Amino acid sequence: MRTIYSEIRTSSPQYWGLLAVFAVITALGIAAAHRMEVEGHHISGMSNQVVWGLPHVFAIFLIVAASGALNLASLASVFNKAEYKPLARFSAILSIALLIGGLAILLLDLGRPDRLIVAITHYNFKSIFAWNILLYSGFIVIVLAYLWLMMERRLEHWSRPVGMFAFAWRLILTSGTGSIFGFLVAREAYDSALLAPMFIVMSFAFGLAMFILLLLLSFRLDRRELDASHLQRLRKLLGLFCIGILYFVLLFHLTKLYGSQNHAYERFILLDGGVYTWLFWLFQIGLGSLLPLLLLYSARWQHSPRSLVLACLLIIQGAFAQLYVIIIGGQAFPLNLFPGYRVDSSFFDGVINTYSPSLWELLLGCGGLTSALLIALLVVRVLPILPQNLPGAQN
Amino acid sequence: MATELDNIEIRPARRRFVQGAAALATTLIAPGILLYKTGQASSNGAAKTPRWGLLIDTNALSEADVDACVSACQREHGWHSEAGSATDAQWIRKLRLSDERSGQQQFLPMMCQHCADPPCVDVCPTGASFKRDDGIVLVNKHTCIGCRYCMMACPYKARSFIHETLYDQLPVAPRGKGTVESCTLCVHRIDRDGANAVPACAEAVNRGEHKAILFGDLNDPQSEISQRLKSHGATRIRADLGVDPGVRYQGL
Repeated sequence: MRTIYSEIRTSSPQYWGLLAVFAVITALGIAAAHRMEVEGHHISGMSNQVVWGLPHVFAIFLIVAASGALNLASLASVFNKAEYKPLARFSAILSIALLIGGLAILLLDLGRPDRLIVAITHYNFKSIFAWNILLYSGFIVIVLAYLWLMMERRLEHWSRPVGMFAFAWRLILTSGTGSIFGFLVAREAYDSALLAPMFIVMSFAFGLAMFILLLLLSFRLDRRELDASHLQRLRKLLGLFCIGILYFVLLFHLTKLYGSQNHAYERFILLDGGVYTWLFWLFQIGLGSLLPLLLLYSARWQHSPRSLVLACLLIIQGAFAQLYVIIIGGQAFPLNLFPGYRVDSSFFDGVINTYSPSLWELLLGCGGLTSALLIALLVVRVLPILPQNLPGAQN
Repeated sequence: MATELDNIEIRPARRRFVQGAAALATTLIAPGILLYKTGQASSNGAAKTPRWGLLIDTNALSEADVDACVSACQREHGWHSEAGSATDAQWIRKLRLSDERSGQQQFLPMMCQHCADPPCVDVCPTGASFKRDDGIVLVNKHTCIGCRYCMMACPYKARSFIHETLYDQLPVAPRGKGTVESCTLCVHRIDRDGANAVPACAEAVNRGEHKAILFGDLNDPQSEISQRLKSHGATRIRADLGVDPGVRYQGL
């Protein structure tokens, strides 16, 4: 059966109300960024110790989820799974929207966001950050081309090779994002090649969770029907990705634990790191991985769409907890300049650094997230992105 | 007749062609020869590019001396740091080391180590973080976008981000809100006085014959710093990272 795509035509108060809420939060985010720019970053919770804070947690979440959101399109184009084809367009749009939201946060958090032109015209090709600027902008161009080829029926046969290229590009892109941290050899919390593949698996899960929520939301807003068989497939996939994350987290910490030079850091994250230990065990592992697995696989809940929505929300909160522990927990633990010595100074050497995010950072982060959702919900209204209905699978 | 005409008409054209070809060849080849000669000169010449560095003798530094280093740097470059502020810049700081077993204490100044392979330069997306030919690691305040990746990468916590609006800047040390900064090795003094320069921190503590902080050219085997390194040796902090810091410590 041929899939028919159409713009969502709802004029329901829910749709416009949601757009209004997203627009207001986005505007507040821009205002918060402007305030940080004018006042200086001292009004944020960030400091010379914790130099990347909550905005970076939001930004990395969105960038990682962006590459993962493209999965459904890749499954259709690269792996020839025809049943995912009707969802490919939305998958592409969502990935671009999430990436734009994440990049907007990174840009607006810069000390000098007005120097965007410098970032575009001056490249240090040894910098993984500079590679990422190319990878991110390239991703947007490639996925836009991919989307166009999927929508232009005369050129549709080209969508497969371009889809393969996009898939390869997104794997490199997420490796690049993980390597922003993996390449930091001086810090015990990072300095690991494992971070690149771990970020790829994280992107699979976070991106799919965002995709499922947004898909259900747009279908519901436009009163379209979604067959339960599609949800079942996505549910199984999501569970698999959750297990993948657990595997990499286990491997990462075991590797660190094996060398005694990292015991102090591991003790900090796993045992006595206060907020970071709680975030790790309760929010990342317990609520963000184990409970979703139970909801996704247990015979009792595995046919309820609500349990799927709940699992997605839990995975997303677990994603934030995980990135908070990686990004901020990693900086809270002090650099070890003199092994075997206790070190102290007026510059917070040798102590656990404190960080409490300010309202400005929270607004900037939320603004980036809502700007992505705003873009996605607006595009599905003006372009034929979503299938009119998703009938059950033929088999 | 005909041959005469030919000669008259053809010769100027041929001359122009030969002249043009010669000019073109000169334009194309001469700079290459010149560059080749320059390249040869710099690799064989006696005057090698200096690599400026510091040798810090921690045994000769009291706690008050290290405080004096910090104050001298603040006066020289116009930065100051409120006690307990997590956002104020610190170009140089006093570290107290206590041996975990014996309790023995030492004080030392810690600042940018002016690495030969600086991680901050590697990671900087715009190339604002750069190393001069003479080994001094600096931040170009015009191209720094304030991403703070260099602060994540620096093994020595040597860099600060400017979180607040600045007042009363000094001409020798231009700074900028929203950008990153660190010790410049008093580059303005070095550019003025060369090998005879004395960074502000060294000036504050050097008394008499023995220099507690010795500035000099690590590339010149005859320099005082190279001689003292040869006879007494020194420690590179976090030598395991292989970044080859230009600041060395004695007595650790």
